[in-house]
Amino acid sequence: MSANADTGSVAEVRPGATQAGPAAARRGAFRDRLRRDWPLLVMAMPMLVLVTAFWWVPALGNVIAFQDYNPFSGGIPGSPIIGFTNFAQLFGDPQFIRAIVNTLGITAFQLVFYFPVPIALALLLNSVVSGRLRAFIQGVVYLPHFFSWVLVVAIFQQMFGGAGLVAQILRDHGYSGIDWMTNSDTFILLVTAETVWKDAGWGAIVFLAALSTLDQNLYEAAAVDGARRWRRMWHITLPGLRPVIVLLLILRLGDALNVGFEQFMLQRSAVGSKVSEVFDTFVYWSGLRTGDFGYGAAAGLFKGLVGLVLILVANRVAHALGERGVYSRS
Amino acid sequence: MTKTKVSGLAPWEEPGSVAGRIGKGGALALIVLAVLLPLYTIVLTSLSSADTVNRVGGLVLVPDGITFDAYRQIFSDSVVSRAVLVSTGVTLAGTTVSLGVSVLGAYALSRPGTLFHRPILFCVLLMFVFFPGLIPAYLMVASLGLKDSYWSLILPSAVSAFNVVVLRAFFMNIPRELLDSARIDGAGEFRILWRIVLPLSKAVTAVIGLFYAVGYWNAWFNAMLYIDDTRKWPLALILRSYVVDSNPLPTATVGVNGFGHVAPPTLAIKMAIVAIAVLPALVIYPFVQRHFTKGVIIGAIKG
Repeated sequence: MSANADTGSVAEVRPGATQAGPAAARRGAFRDRLRRDWPLLVMAMPMLVLVTAFWWVPALGNVIAFQDYNPFSGGIPGSPIIGFTNFAQLFGDPQFIRAIVNTLGITAFQLVFYFPVPIALALLLNSVVSGRLRAFIQGVVYLPHFFSWVLVVAIFQQMFGGAGLVAQILRDHGYSGIDWMTNSDTFILLVTAETVWKDAGWGAIVFLAALSTLDQNLYEAAAVDGARRWRRMWHITLPGLRPVIVLLLILRLGDALNVGFEQFMLQRSAVGSKVSEVFDTFVYWSGLRTGDFGYGAAAGLFKGLVGLVLILVANRVAHALGERGVYSRS
Repeated sequence: MTKTKVSGLAPWEEPGSVAGRIGKGGALALIVLAVLLPLYTIVLTSLSSADTVNRVGGLVLVPDGITFDAYRQIFSDSVVSRAVLVSTGVTLAGTTVSLGVSVLGAYALSRPGTLFHRPILFCVLLMFVFFPGLIPAYLMVASLGLKDSYWSLILPSAVSAFNVVVLRAFFMNIPRELLDSARIDGAGEFRILWRIVLPLSKAVTAVIGLFYAVGYWNAWFNAMLYIDDTRKWPLALILRSYVVDSNPLPTATVGVNGFGHVAPPTLAIKMAIVAIAVLPALVIYPFVQRHFTKGVIIGAIKG
């Protein structure tokens, strides 16, 4: 998209542009462009105001990470600057280390046990011959994506909790019920199962779209040459999906510090912070909840900056592998 | 999107083995069941009498008489009905604001080369790569005096960079000649947007509107952060408090028009609250679903 950025409307006639010197011409051009484009600027204004107020100002507000911030003694201008003290303290905090370890552990686990699920689901859906049936199943599996995490946790609790359906059926048959919702040993399985239930169907959309763009003639040619189903899948389908898979994999790696926020906030009290503390919950409980704003902001800023670096690196890697990155457009 | 896959086997395609077909059918049936069974038993339990729920000892799988007692009880009590109103209002107002701001912004950004195009685009795209953090965002909302105001549930999440970019990608695909001829006829930018661009982008606008609406209806964390006054709680907080944590409904403790006891809500009432929370998604979903592939894919691939 950037290639044609300066063609188009800017190439329209700019009267007077050649009459005076270059500076005057630029000024004149600016006035003409303003006269032409002011309605667009007006249109962008509400968006800019909101983005500034709730994104740019908070982003700059991160200076409190370097302060002993006290909202009651003058806020940001009135609070003393303490340099990297908050950050030093952060890395001596066992709870923060635990949050890092848990976050990375969950990301790694889900990379293995969640990431392939939408791909498999897309392949399965794509092989459904009847168009009607396929549309119906698609409609069903996309649905949980539109449920909130509160709802998903509530539903899982009713299914797998101590008083849930599974425990109830087990008890009816003389076994003792299990409460998966409060078992910290199996927590990682629980959150992965919830993620699969909620988002695997939705995640399959991208792969289904990629599948629908594969050239059917390749399949026919391969079939004529005697390649059966599995060989066709191995030699045509999977190579065809490769760019999308690589792209999403890289994106996920760039997003390694995000494992889902509400999901963990909601279940922290049930399983304890030992297994459920992740980056975002740490910021909430150790910063906001305790009123230690500077400390929490330091943790948040650390996460934001590491995330920024990871995304930029991931995008580089994507380009290096010859794939379309995510930010090539700007 | 090229339409390549049609119903039925291609002439060269061999029919699958019987075992393979059974396996595939079984897997698909299990997947569909995994989504629908929880919803089924939740709705059924919410419609069952207290006796039935007690006899079964939990969620009801086999219908045994339908009663709307749980819903009657919920709506005779002010807590849940108020929360439903709050959630509905926030969702309607929020979606209107978000969609309006995003459509205007996306259209303003849809013509490269216009004045300040690049800096504005940069402003929006930067939202993808850096998250300013929870605490500064919280302090900002607090310093604007928005705590305990419904606006705190709308304004901080009003603009989604992803949605703006998807809309923009669509607007950019509208043939230039169409817009230019309107301009020659003397139409201003607002008129062009309203009369030409929007009617051509109904599908994508509907999908983006659904995304925003779902976001507002589901939002839990912002409400937890910013709304301390329980009378202003949206449904998501009620759901968390009374269904997940099994707290007694607050009216019971205050003694206003409550259920008359401080016991935790019964299973049927809990499930009725869950069912109410699911309902809007279930109702709107079928109408918008057919546009998904178009909207999401173009967004995802063109980015």
